[in-house]
Amino acid sequence: MSTPFTPYVAGSALGGDAAAPATQRHVPLHGGDANPSAGALVHQFGDAIRGVHVVRGETNVLVARERLLDVVRWLHAEPSQRYEYLSDVTAVEFRDPEQPIEVVWHLRSIAFRRFLRVKVELAPGGPLEVPSVWEVYKSADWMERECYDMFGIRFAGHPDLRRILMWEDYREGYPLRKDFPLRGRFSRSEQLRQALAADPEARYSMEELSVADAFEDLPDDMRRRLRAGEKAGE
Amino acid sequence: MGLTPRPEPALPSGQESWVTTKLDFLVNWARANSLWPMPFGTACCAIEFMATAASDFDLARFGMERMSFSPRQADVLICAGRVPFKLAPILRRIWQQMPQPKWAISMGACASSGGMFDNYAVVQGIDTIIPIDVYVPGCPPRPEGLLYGIMLLQEKVKKERAADPTLRNEMDPDPKSQLYIPPSVIDELSEPFGNSVHQTRSGL
Repeated sequence: MSTPFTPYVAGSALGGDAAAPATQRHVPLHGGDANPSAGALVHQFGDAIRGVHVVRGETNVLVARERLLDVVRWLHAEPSQRYEYLSDVTAVEFRDPEQPIEVVWHLRSIAFRRFLRVKVELAPGGPLEVPSVWEVYKSADWMERECYDMFGIRFAGHPDLRRILMWEDYREGYPLRKDFPLRGRFSRSEQLRQALAADPEARYSMEELSVADAFEDLPDDMRRRLRAGEKAGE
Repeated sequence: MGLTPRPEPALPSGQESWVTTKLDFLVNWARANSLWPMPFGTACCAIEFMATAASDFDLARFGMERMSFSPRQADVLICAGRVPFKLAPILRRIWQQMPQPKWAISMGACASSGGMFDNYAVVQGIDTIIPIDVYVPGCPPRPEGLLYGIMLLQEKVKKERAADPTLRNEMDPDPKSQLYIPPSVIDELSEPFGNSVHQTRSGL
């Protein structure tokens, strides 16, 4: 089973006469030209775009939580935007507890050579839940799991929202939250007891655990070749 | 808890015969000069370990050139680097899979004491998981340091006596808690020290 692969060529949508990319010097901390996608987003979604800020030459777009998935879908599918690549999903919690927790998506358009940072604010005291962008970008899978593991933010619609860095029955909380003590909440002996009680194999999903178990699910021709003793790469 | 303190080696009783002691000497000489390491490299110490194994320092001079990447054919586990809590049950299992006689070297500050990583994720001393024979200090230790640790281990192996009843004590962990030393000792070993005492415990 294979899907045809078309490579994304950097700057291919800009046209042949576009200037070669150059590293900008003396970028101001605030202000400057916003990414053209920000204006297009405001035109398309109106009030759902809560704000556009340009910081260090990079454009941050603050989006209403309810419309996030629509915005991301549009940025991905719209021929004039073409954000093919999700490079990071993360979150920010500020030292001031009154400030909202921000969830951040880093989107990159290879064809247009554009970078856009999309943010959603989660009000303090409210539910820590945002929609998952997994259905648009499959690469969001592990990044959202990491964000959930470290900050406790739930991604609604994620197919397999488990801890990824800490072990699955880790019970001390979410390590990157500001109210998490650096050494953890439990005593060292209790931490060690819980860690040693974990089953090392339980953290892997069935696909990761064993190729042999998945043998029956492989395509017919591959099974035939494996039965005949053929090894990969020969 | 069913936990017992680590046994003290029995002193020579004076009843061992000439044959036994010479046999000990022969066996220990053979073992000490063909220690097969099980490299358990988790961090930058493993880079120094690789340098030790490479031609400049040449681990093969000690009969250790045969790296055993399977614990079942290894004699000495060299843990090079920090051990996170997530890795603790894996390290414990690898240690239990190694057949006797077996020894362990803790290489570097992080493996020995948690080092600078006094945080929620890192085990504060590998000796809370498995018994250790030689600790090599350093961050990371120079290859000379590791070689010195290996030579110390060889000295230890050469002094072993088959008549010592505590020699091959497996030190099985307590089946309920999986700890092999009492929790109070672990807490005491893991007490913050040095600059890490002054870390903020909470960001708020």
